[in-house]
Amino acid sequence: MKRSVNLAAATAIGLALGASSAMAEAIKIAFIDPLSGAFASTGENGLHQYEFAVETIVNEKGGVLGGKTFEMVGFDNQTSPKESLIQLQVAIDQGIRFIVQGNSSGVANALTEAVEKHNNRNPDSRVLFLNYSAVDPALTNEKCNFWHFRFDAHADIKMDALTDAIKANDAINKVYVVGQDYSFGKAVAAAAVAMLGEKRPDIEIVGNELHPIGKVKDFTPYARKIIAAEADAVITGNWGSDMLGLGKAIIENGFTGPIFTYYAAADGITAAFGESGVGVLRLVAEGPNNPPADEAAQEYIRAFKAKYPEGNISQARVTNVVDMLAQAIEKAGTADDVVAVGMALEGMKTESMWGGELYMRPEDHQLIQNVHVFAHSKVEAPFDFDNSGYGLTHETTVENASADIATTCEMERP
Amino acid sequence: MSQLDQTRVRAATGGLNLTALAPWVIAAIFLAFMPFVFTENSAITIMNQMAITIVFALAYNMLLGQGGMLSFGHAVYMGLGGFMAVHVMNYVEDGWIALPLPVLPLFGGFFGLFFAALIGSFSTRKAGTVFAMISLGVGELIASCSVIIVAFFGGEEGVSGDRTYGIPVLGYEFLQQIEVYYLIAAWLMISAALMYLFSRTPVGRMANAVRDNPERAEFLGYSSRWVRFYSFCASGFFCGIAGGLFAINYEILTEENLNLATSGSILLITFLGGVGFFFGPIIGAIVFTLLATVLKLETELWQLYVGALFVLTVMFFPGGLAGLLTMHVAPWRNGRLGFLVKPYLTTLLPGMFGVFGLAAATELLFHARQSAIGEDEMGLFGMTVSAHSPIAWGVALAVAITGLWLARRGAPGLKAAWDEAATPQSGGGAGR
Amino acid sequence: MDLILVNLIDGLVTGLLLFMLSSGLTLIFSMMGVLNFAHASFYMLGAYFAYQISRSIGFWPGLLIAPLVVGVLGALVERYGLRRVHKYGHVPELIFTFGLALLIEEIVQFFWGRSQVAFDPPAILQFTLFSISGNSIPAYKVFMIFISLAIFIALLMVLTRTRVGLIIQAALSHPHTVETLGHNVPLVFMGVFGVGTALAGVAGVIAGPVLGTFPGMAIVLGSIVFVTIVVGGLGSLWGALVASLLIGWITTFAASYNVGLADVFMALGFERPDDLSESMFRDAWSLTLPQVGPILPYLLMVLILAFRPRGLFGKREV
Repeated sequence: MKRSVNLAAATAIGLALGASSAMAEAIKIAFIDPLSGAFASTGENGLHQYEFAVETIVNEKGGVLGGKTFEMVGFDNQTSPKESLIQLQVAIDQGIRFIVQGNSSGVANALTEAVEKHNNRNPDSRVLFLNYSAVDPALTNEKCNFWHFRFDAHADIKMDALTDAIKANDAINKVYVVGQDYSFGKAVAAAAVAMLGEKRPDIEIVGNELHPIGKVKDFTPYARKIIAAEADAVITGNWGSDMLGLGKAIIENGFTGPIFTYYAAADGITAAFGESGVGVLRLVAEGPNNPPADEAAQEYIRAFKAKYPEGNISQARVTNVVDMLAQAIEKAGTADDVVAVGMALEGMKTESMWGGELYMRPEDHQLIQNVHVFAHSKVEAPFDFDNSGYGLTHETTVENASADIATTCEMERP
Repeated sequence: MSQLDQTRVRAATGGLNLTALAPWVIAAIFLAFMPFVFTENSAITIMNQMAITIVFALAYNMLLGQGGMLSFGHAVYMGLGGFMAVHVMNYVEDGWIALPLPVLPLFGGFFGLFFAALIGSFSTRKAGTVFAMISLGVGELIASCSVIIVAFFGGEEGVSGDRTYGIPVLGYEFLQQIEVYYLIAAWLMISAALMYLFSRTPVGRMANAVRDNPERAEFLGYSSRWVRFYSFCASGFFCGIAGGLFAINYEILTEENLNLATSGSILLITFLGGVGFFFGPIIGAIVFTLLATVLKLETELWQLYVGALFVLTVMFFPGGLAGLLTMHVAPWRNGRLGFLVKPYLTTLLPGMFGVFGLAAATELLFHARQSAIGEDEMGLFGMTVSAHSPIAWGVALAVAITGLWLARRGAPGLKAAWDEAATPQSGGGAGR
Repeated sequence: MDLILVNLIDGLVTGLLLFMLSSGLTLIFSMMGVLNFAHASFYMLGAYFAYQISRSIGFWPGLLIAPLVVGVLGALVERYGLRRVHKYGHVPELIFTFGLALLIEEIVQFFWGRSQVAFDPPAILQFTLFSISGNSIPAYKVFMIFISLAIFIALLMVLTRTRVGLIIQAALSHPHTVETLGHNVPLVFMGVFGVGTALAGVAGVIAGPVLGTFPGMAIVLGSIVFVTIVVGGLGSLWGALVASLLIGWITTFAASYNVGLADVFMALGFERPDDLSESMFRDAWSLTLPQVGPILPYLLMVLILAFRPRGLFGKREV
């Protein structure tokens, strides 16, 4: 009895895995992010951005290496480190050599370690890990390795740009820092305190606290404290419903100063804030002004929205990932030897389609790019988010942000 | 590898009982040959995951099935055991202690046992709702602590290690997944055998008695509280072993190993497999892992289907899959299994088509609402159809309605055939 | 001092909201002996139904219609689901409602997507009613307080002044006697389940706009509701009220005051180590009250169950 069930099970594994492992001409890129579960909408939108980017930037222009196309393959990790490691193994077995992932630094951390171990133990099937969104500074510092490349500005770089904006604003004298109680929230808080202390020693940090992640039902008490502390500005690294809940509570209770955030846009958040967020919400990120100055970039967004009306270009850096990978493969002359591709990616300098220069720093594999502070404001369709009529517009820009930021990375090259 | 266990099984069952040993021998041979059938690393990874889940589910069923105790926070004991195992792994890497990797799960087991004894000392005083609520509270507390107490749990990114620093065993350093597979398979056999033997000990037997009627058990002179406590500790030990195996396979433990979602899914797995039978959780773990990996490749809505399957199982087959299988034992003994073939064909086959039709309609609806403009093409059971085509909708709904209607019409016939097949033949030649 | 008053009001809002859920749950438990794990899922359904209705015909009709729909759904679940599972025993019942909670979450995601939906308070209530030293009290919160109080009073009247209420009360304390007296107990069960879930629906309608309407909202609140009725004492309406308010205030005040464990240690005479990074207890030294606020209710529940299993006001043991 047990045996027959086992056999049926085994057959099913074989069928499911075998069916998809046929090799094709295309260069496959594994997208390991949530496609089911609570964060599926973010993952889904990310996959759409990748699919659109490889079509538009690579395939329609004739591919790489004389005609090879890119193909995105989605793997659902449910934002779980364990699932991610299983999916990584499945992707490697399918002959995929490039992995992209971004949602959750916890997952990125598990993946970068697994990739390093795998590459050391299996030199024949090495892979590159292109991290497009996980911003824990550790990934390009003490935990860096040759196989990991980060295309987003990490938390400290963003905080550097953000504190530059605060530095220039004389109206801000008291700052309140609040965040989720985990590594990223703590990193944001530590960076905010350190950098503000350096750039504006006169600013008083009137509050610095952490709340449990995803467990707070009502953020009103936090809003009360912020008002009571007479803060002029709030800094938070919150995301998802914690961001929305905190922001709404603060605004509802009469706060009018700027709330500096990392993730208060898209995935329903822009729509949910709507008019109430105008003049209050700020967001630090790379990416285009809306509408972008460049006609080609405008056309790209229009075409994307025509294809995915419910989607957002919320991670504009996806185009940088695809573009730089294509260039590196061309330069290396191969898509199979990931060491050569990695070497070509190191130190690469190119232009972003959203404006500004991109430079992949060889010492830690951190992309140096322009970082902006955006304001949540009224934006014409299709450059708005969530089809809400609201979106992000540039307020200040730091060119080649933190190009000389220190790193503790000691890169070991194969 | 399971020589030892086989002798123990023999001792427990009293004498050389080949029929009792047969399933174990078959399982061992089967486990040994699986990697020759599925050579891909990913298949081996999934089989490892299955084996770990089996150990965990069996340990969970020591409480739920054998002891009648419903725990909503059992991931805690597996998680804590796993964290301890990773820490030990790191001590080995740092050279503080030298240890062969295969004994690592023992550390997880003892840590799980330690915590189970600690929590069980007050949670097992009462059964039923009190126990369930305490397990929920403790589960939530420890899961929340895991992001607060960074020194032990490593915060959100968890604690990771490298399994290859242990003393090599017979020259193996456990670099490859296949080596890990055999290690986990050996532990699976050992743990399963020990858990089976536990259910045969007086404590294991008394756990059943306490589950069914605690008052009577007390009158017999057994403290139902201590019986629950011993079961809880044993369960904690094997959960810890599962955690240790997890640490070896993934080399990382994170908050997800402790949280309520993991606790909930082990309940789901165990119940789906069937709590009333020793092998129920084994089936549950295999089926669920397959659903989670195979169904996920096919559809985004897999959690919806699993949820529906679970609710239907509780409503219609509280014995789970194992219960369904063992239902056939009586007809088989009676030699009347053949009676069931026809009603099965006329009821279950249309029913299956009905369910597929329903699933197709669900997928169509989902695709029509979610897909990109100009991309209404979608794959459905190997065909490519348009989500907006009335034909596809018509076919799906027609299949669903006809199938379910036929199944419903055939249900009384199936039940009659069942009753007949399950009745012993001594009653004379039933109408033929 | 002013902040204390503001916190008292905020805690009252949270507490009364919890009460609307826990009152229904505790009634259902004491009659049927089943802890309905899916109770918070009905709360979520209330919010989503009201959102859907508010998009077409406005918030106010939604406040009436959505709970009714939720109540009917609840009654159907009792009639065709729970009653069937009932014969297998309490553990399968609990597992059934657990599975139902998972299923409802998936269904909500199927129809309304995974992101938060933009469900806002009605425009007529979007103003600041009054302020206490710079802290504004929105009119909507006061409206929430009044709705909850009205429901509590109505529930109390029904339970104490009507015949149905008397039967229910009798069934709370002596379920078997009521059955032998010839009352249609299954019908009463269905009715109580329907009303209980409808109450959860009301809570969802009025909480959705302020606490956010998203697929995770049931999980965030679900287990806390359990904690509430266990702490208050199963089957006790007054216990549910007291425990709801207690937990509302505990979580609000815990989030408001940054008392650190380090302060406690130092008050006890321990010395703060200079280099925390190597200390085994480094996390304890940096721990503050807001960090643990939301898990305090669980601690409370475990302590209550360990020392007083019948809860604060309960007459029967759990």
